[in-house]
Amino acid sequence: MTVLIKEHAKPSIQEILEAGKFLVTGEIGPPKGTDLEEMIEHINLLKDKVHAMNITDNQSSVMRYPSLGTAILIKELGGEPTLQVTCRDRNRLAIEADLLFAYTRGIRSVLCLTGDSIPVGDHKDAKGVFDLESVQLLQLIRNLEEGRDSGGNELKGGVKFFKGAIVTPEAVPIEPQMIKFEKKIEAGAQFFQTQAVYDMDNFKRFMERARKINDKVYICCGLVLLTSPGQIKYMNNNVPGVFVPENLAREMEDAPKEERLNTGIRIMARQIRQLIDEKICDGVHIMAIGKEDVVPRILEEAGVDITKM
Amino acid sequence: MIITTSKPFEEVLKELEGEQKVFIVGCGSCATTCETGGEPQVAEMKAKLEAEGKTVTGTVVYEEVCHELNTKRKFRENKEAVEAAEGFLVMCCGAGVQSVREATDKPVHPACNTMFLGNIVRHGHFVEKCSLCGDCVLEDFGAICPVTRCHKGILNGPCGGTDEGKCETDKEKDCGWTLIYNQLEKMGKLDRFRRIYGLKNWQANMKPGRVIFERKGGGE
Repeated sequence: MTVLIKEHAKPSIQEILEAGKFLVTGEIGPPKGTDLEEMIEHINLLKDKVHAMNITDNQSSVMRYPSLGTAILIKELGGEPTLQVTCRDRNRLAIEADLLFAYTRGIRSVLCLTGDSIPVGDHKDAKGVFDLESVQLLQLIRNLEEGRDSGGNELKGGVKFFKGAIVTPEAVPIEPQMIKFEKKIEAGAQFFQTQAVYDMDNFKRFMERARKINDKVYICCGLVLLTSPGQIKYMNNNVPGVFVPENLAREMEDAPKEERLNTGIRIMARQIRQLIDEKICDGVHIMAIGKEDVVPRILEEAGVDITKM
Repeated sequence: MIITTSKPFEEVLKELEGEQKVFIVGCGSCATTCETGGEPQVAEMKAKLEAEGKTVTGTVVYEEVCHELNTKRKFRENKEAVEAAEGFLVMCCGAGVQSVREATDKPVHPACNTMFLGNIVRHGHFVEKCSLCGDCVLEDFGAICPVTRCHKGILNGPCGGTDEGKCETDKEKDCGWTLIYNQLEKMGKLDRFRRIYGLKNWQANMKPGRVIFERKGGGE
């Protein structure tokens, strides 16, 4: 008897991108605890509005319900998951075993990240693993696909994933970031999601640079929903590689308190429209961070309906 | 140099609860430079313990408490005071504490926390640049160690937490990968940065580490 899942309710993000369609993905942040009700609500709300949902893996080094468990849940609910795998909490054995399991449960897309450092999270005394990092993780998956684990042993039944990675267009300095981008492609990355981008002109310049390095790899622009002047200030001061330009900060400041969320929605909708109209990149990755319920409104305002794309 | 910091005196006192007579061991090497277990600190500890009503049967400060044979010799030289002691307070690194452990079966207590193998930047300012991984990669990275200088110890470039040359864990700390990038660029060796570095052998120094050199012929 085989338990391998081969039936899929939705096309994979690889199929969407290879068909030349603009990919629209969302993100699910699992809860701290076992009450999954709100998350299930978000999954049900998003599963037909976006092509796929990323599930964060103990995001910001904060312990939560696992990304792998949530990916399977999304699958069970008829959605398409992109499994985020970080290298902070698991060594190569644990990651390999998780990937074997994910494959048998029908997970087709994996986003490879190094993971935030331990001290930024809520288990500050924990030991960070970092047995490997994002580039080596991509290589490790490629090896698994070729039927070998990282100990060099042959697998009885391998895996096949659409492999993704992260790039930070606003990184300062940008040069080492671009070399790492290139290394990730060499290691097997087929698609990229960017860290949050706000300055579209700067993003266009980044895309030109990226396309010069490789014009085949898919790049999806990461957008994080703006919700208040305080959030913007916090991100500008504390989140590396994220920069909200003055004009957007002012737009948010000028909005009355009850209009702030709507302002954030309007800004993101405008940016998504621009990405599509100007054919800047291959897709968008929407990070609403706790406000997943407004994603359908963002898409509506942007005039994006994935069933008609 | 092994960098140590002093444990709070209250913690030391707690360790010594139930032991009235104490022998203090200080180290003439690293702990002297760190000012955690040199002659002045040992004298100060003796005074503080006596003020708390303890009897200090003796003190000794010598080079390399981590040298086990040397430690045994020092204990023989101080036989009377050592035998009178109910416990030992060792004011140096964890290696020194365990060296004393080999010399006695009585209680042995650490007075310091052992931090890292450190470089001396200037008096009282130490930084970690090598984490003793047993598989030196400095040749590939412009003699700047990513295993140590990068908080995550990653081998293929900076993580997303780097910001204007600083680390996400501490804005006062340099991003090791920015240092490596700048160094390799200066040397015209960015090709080393571009090369994918495979999985590292973290068991090159399989804990607990053990090295035994074969004696070359001649001599004794």
